[in-house]
Amino acid sequence: MEKLLELKDVSLTYQTPNDEITAIKNLSFYCNKGDFMSIIGPSGCGKTTVLSLIAGLISPTSGEISLSGAKNTIKRENLGYMLQKDELFPWRNIEKNVYLPLEIKGIKSKTAKENALYLLKKYGLYEFKNNYPDELSGGMRQRAALIRTLASDPELLLLDEPFSALDSQTRLSVCDDVYKIIKSELKTAVLVTHDISEAISMSDIIVVLTARPAQVKSIFIPKIEGESPIKKRENPDFGIWFEKIWRELN
Amino acid sequence: MKKTTTHSKERIRYLNKRKKERFSVIFLRISLLCALIAGWEIFANAGIIDPFIASSPSRIIRTIRNLFAEDNFLYHIGITLYETLVGFILAAAIGYIIALTLWWSDKARKVLEPYIVVLNSLPKIALGPIIIIWFGSGEKSIIFMTFIIGIIVAVMTMLNGFLTVDKNKILLLRSFGANRFQILSKLVIPCSIPTLISMLKINVGLAWIGSIMGEYLVSRAGLGYLIVYGGQVFKLDLVLASTVVLCALATLMYTIIALLEKLIIKYKNE
Repeated sequence: MEKLLELKDVSLTYQTPNDEITAIKNLSFYCNKGDFMSIIGPSGCGKTTVLSLIAGLISPTSGEISLSGAKNTIKRENLGYMLQKDELFPWRNIEKNVYLPLEIKGIKSKTAKENALYLLKKYGLYEFKNNYPDELSGGMRQRAALIRTLASDPELLLLDEPFSALDSQTRLSVCDDVYKIIKSELKTAVLVTHDISEAISMSDIIVVLTARPAQVKSIFIPKIEGESPIKKRENPDFGIWFEKIWRELN
Repeated sequence: MKKTTTHSKERIRYLNKRKKERFSVIFLRISLLCALIAGWEIFANAGIIDPFIASSPSRIIRTIRNLFAEDNFLYHIGITLYETLVGFILAAAIGYIIALTLWWSDKARKVLEPYIVVLNSLPKIALGPIIIIWFGSGEKSIIFMTFIIGIIVAVMTMLNGFLTVDKNKILLLRSFGANRFQILSKLVIPCSIPTLISMLKINVGLAWIGSIMGEYLVSRAGLGYLIVYGGQVFKLDLVLASTVVLCALATLMYTIIALLEKLIIKYKNE
């Protein structure tokens, strides 16, 4: 297996006027190419901070983060970041929204745009390409946000609780959608979530973090039969894994 | 979405009720205006109020007609319109650019914050004598007065609009590797168009305050000049006639901005 992402002894200390806060301490884990990894932990433990570090939006105080072997010099071209809300720009239609990362990265090739349109077509949003975000349902918007993330063909997807803004019904189906899209595009993904069932149903590997300062508490590799998150939830093993991880978190 | 199917009875009743409601509001609005004008006219004619100090609608109309018959009324309107427009455009444009600069540089914003607060609370008319000394007793002074009244509000409104842009959207752009200029052009500027419109709406009103106030201080022409002159020689007809014309012009300018807003929304939806 080829390691795509590796964190070695990563620590982060940040300063506030009143205090010095150690957010992350000696964090080490890695993620293989094609894996779906989830990071869970108690709220406020710095899960999102871990993603920001991987995305290169902030630099670690010490330690190394390597992506495809390139130490600390993570190329943002290789990353796709997805946030809690879809953050589609309301003044751009879906097509223009999906082109946004291409515009920012200065990618002008025709194939990149064609690829984005192909993704829209493949995942059922092509007819809505001229619609504006507020004309779409929450689930469709999140799917559009995922396609926007995929448009620049990133090697690694960083998902920061991308389903938490959706109602529970939509959540399950979008979760299924996103999983299938990521798997069929053969992408590697790191998902941050506080939802244990979401982590179990989607991931090949689960990293459980401790409370602040965040450290790795344990790593699980749940092997549950089922081709999609919803199918996995129906599997009797699911409950066993839930129990196990729930105990670990408390 | 419009439905082309036939409406149910309840729907028709509801729509009729709505139409009636709307009609009655418009009807009452116009009636109130008519009643006020008619009452004013009748009381003035009956001598209950003195037309010498209160004028009357018919006298105002007659005065406006006479003023238009003389060539220089258009000249007065032109002068005031010119001062207002130039002051308004300068204040809005330069204010917008300053707000962009302050958004760009956190340091500059922090340093200049107290200055902006003080300038905002200062009644700009207090600067009148200084402005007259610097710019002379003419159009330049009045334009400057209009400009200075509008610019602080323009800067503060726009900066506030720029700063309230969703932090997560900025984060998203940064995750694509966007630089500050791209964040500005792709996100901050398009996102703040509604703020721009409301700034323009506020500043249209302020521009008229600036130009008329300026004309009160120094001028030899313009609607503000006619109002002051009319007051000094006790020609209430002239004062009120100029005020009515001023009212019409200010409403017209506001309407143009409101139309611009509709145009932008329409453009956005296409």
